[in-house]
Amino acid sequence: MQAYTEKIREAAKRLLAEKKVDGVIGFRKGTMPFMNEPFMAKTPEQADLLVWDGNCGINLANYLPKRTDKIAIVAKGCDSRNISIQILENQIKREQLHILGAPCKGMTDKRKIQDELDGKEILQAEEAGDKVKVSGRDFEKTFNRSEYLQENCAICIHRNPVISDEMLGEPVQEQQVERYEDIKQIEAMLPEEKRKHFDELIEPCIRCYACRSACPACYCPTCFVDESKPQWVGKTTDPTDTRTFHFLRAFHVAGRCSDCGACERSCPVGIKVREFTKKLEKEVKELYGYEAGMVQDLRPPLDVYRPDDPEPFL
Amino acid sequence: MSEWEPKVITFLCNWCSYGAADLAGVSRFQYPANIRIIRLPCTGRMNPKFILAALRHGADGVWVSGCHPGDCHYIEGNFYARRKFALLKTQLEYTGIIEPGRVHFSWISSAEATIFAEKARKVVEAIKALGPAQHFIKKQAEVA
Repeated sequence: MQAYTEKIREAAKRLLAEKKVDGVIGFRKGTMPFMNEPFMAKTPEQADLLVWDGNCGINLANYLPKRTDKIAIVAKGCDSRNISIQILENQIKREQLHILGAPCKGMTDKRKIQDELDGKEILQAEEAGDKVKVSGRDFEKTFNRSEYLQENCAICIHRNPVISDEMLGEPVQEQQVERYEDIKQIEAMLPEEKRKHFDELIEPCIRCYACRSACPACYCPTCFVDESKPQWVGKTTDPTDTRTFHFLRAFHVAGRCSDCGACERSCPVGIKVREFTKKLEKEVKELYGYEAGMVQDLRPPLDVYRPDDPEPFL
Repeated sequence: MSEWEPKVITFLCNWCSYGAADLAGVSRFQYPANIRIIRLPCTGRMNPKFILAALRHGADGVWVSGCHPGDCHYIEGNFYARRKFALLKTQLEYTGIIEPGRVHFSWISSAEATIFAEKARKVVEAIKALGPAQHFIKKQAEVA
């Protein structure tokens, strides 16, 4: 994965020097271990700051809606699906984009690694191939990256970009995994247990809306949580308000979510918010055979209909 | 205290199910008085927020009814609604916000007054069996 760094820099310099794009959206090294920050290089010199490793979990498609300039963007499988949704939803034009496709082997979950360390603070993390070496005061430990992937990456079945103008590497092999095991477990619960499960899940929520802000599918000019006349969702952390928020947030991305995991990654209190969106993803796939962003000219499932659609709700 | 009676917020489309309710009325059909009807221009107008708002304000159940697919006054409104409802209902039940049987959907044309009365009875019966919906009501802050 790190091999992409050189290729990204080379492509960025070339595109910027030839004035083909006004900026290149990628990542640069963050100030903390396991945290790369999104970065837009606007000059060939800045292109040297661009990096790529296993900590690029943020979805860069989030920075595209309503842009008017020409942009090159580094896109993993999930990012590219979100880009194709945004093109479909008229948030950006295909001609404005130069997509650098990055076949992806999954992003590291810093929480999972932190959990192994008895609360010791990680001061440095170095990635080499499939290993991550973390160190801090009086300790040093090496982990196999493949065992500490973000949950959505571990079950990812579309690792290769679906649209790109140039590829940064050879396509990687797609995984054959059962995506919906956890969802099936919840489905099998009694109504009372489901309620309890989700109440406990969102109990720590502080309503910071990080999940919304990190989401490339969330770009409404006025979000439903900010509407005041009428006010659909209260602004407190009352359980009813929190439940309403998480329910509606998930519903808004129904059939548009690529399960990139940006929401879960950004949650400061570690709520597994994907449990809400993944169920809708499963339903959309089962009922309408649609996977978000996989086919470029297919309208989102809630924007079209078939006369013989199933009616499981009757 | 008298026996508990459920409140069922009922969203009816102007062209079909509202007409059916009207016809049921003028035909003197008996149906339970627990339903509180809100008229929509079309089931395509139905927003998931409406259902959540109803439950949050203390409704014990919600029933949405419109034209049969293919008979929409606006040609295709209920086709879109149909996809929304399918996802909405499963998601409501999956997240445990409601038990199965609290939210109902139906297609009733304006000539089907008997079906309207029959469905109203079934809806109210199902919700009565589940008892009052309590957990999704937003509690007021307790002031000492």
